Amino acid sequence: MSLGGPYYLTLAAVLFTIGGVGLLLRRNVLVMFMCVELMLNAVNLTFVTFSRLLNDIGGQSLVFFVLVVAAAEVVVGLGIIVAIFRRRKGATADDLHILKG
Amino acid sequence: MPLGSLVPLGHVPILAVTITDATVFAVSAAVIVAGAIGVIAARNPVHSALMLVMTLFGIAVLFVEQSADFLAVVQVIVYAGAIVVLFLFVIMLLGVDRLEALQKDPLPGQRPLALIVGAAGLSLLLFLAGIHWVTGAHSLAGPSGGPGSNVEKLARSLFTTYLLPFEVTSVLLVIAVVGAVVLSRRPSKELEPPEAPAPPEQPEDGRVGGRK
Repeated sequence: MSLGGPYYLTLAAVLFTIGGVGLLLRRNVLVMFMCVELMLNAVNLTFVTFSRLLNDIGGQSLVFFVLVVAAAEVVVGLGIIVAIFRRRKGATADDLHILKG
Repeated sequence: MPLGSLVPLGHVPILAVTITDATVFAVSAAVIVAGAIGVIAARNPVHSALMLVMTLFGIAVLFVEQSADFLAVVQVIVYAGAIVVLFLFVIMLLGVDRLEALQKDPLPGQRPLALIVGAAGLSLLLFLAGIHWVTGAHSLAGPSGGPGSNVEKLARSLFTTYLLPFEVTSVLLVIAVVGAVVLSRRPSKELEPPEAPAPPEQPEDGRVGGRK
């Protein structure tokens, strides 16, 4: 028997917040991507916690789908980053202002 | 559901939280939070990626603690073994592993605003985590506890209830692979827009023109 739900949910909330703050604070595009991964992992932890508390395997199935979508997102996102870096030498999100009006 | 109450070691009733569970949770939580702070505080992106591995392992331990064994294994293999390696490949391939100037603040007032937004979001999430949140009916996927292994129950749910999303997932993966290949391919010469006006027709060349 594991600890109660609020412990896990609080930990997931803290992890999600750290990821969100990092996404707002950092300038490096790759580190911003890692912060998105942190937020996805916090949501996964919430799903597994509710799957245990409600005695329902559906939460774990959803975590499986989140994993797949995260893998696809990382592949395409890193491809876009490589394509941008090939064109211009800029490591930060501030340099990407091509679409600015 | 009330907060899990700690019981002293020695007389452990059934369905109670043991000292072992509390210790595993405390150590994993410390590892997870330390790794997450390391991700956003490290100046070198390689250090951020390694801290991300630490966080992912802590979450895998918590998956095992909550009897999600298959997801813990997949977490280690897919996240720590594939995604972080992909991150490290891109970091070292592009040579962006130079230090980022964290002291410089390009947008005035961004850091205090980000911290305020983070604190507000955290307080809201903690409020939601503390109140009574269990609502609604169960899904059709089946129970997560009871007899049988975790892999068997997860597979039964994936291949019966969630069969259509599972198949759509494969389509998504194919699209992602094709997108990654298209994005990372260098544009060849014949696909670039011509500098000079092209000659009108070249019958001896078998290529079909007009492709962008």
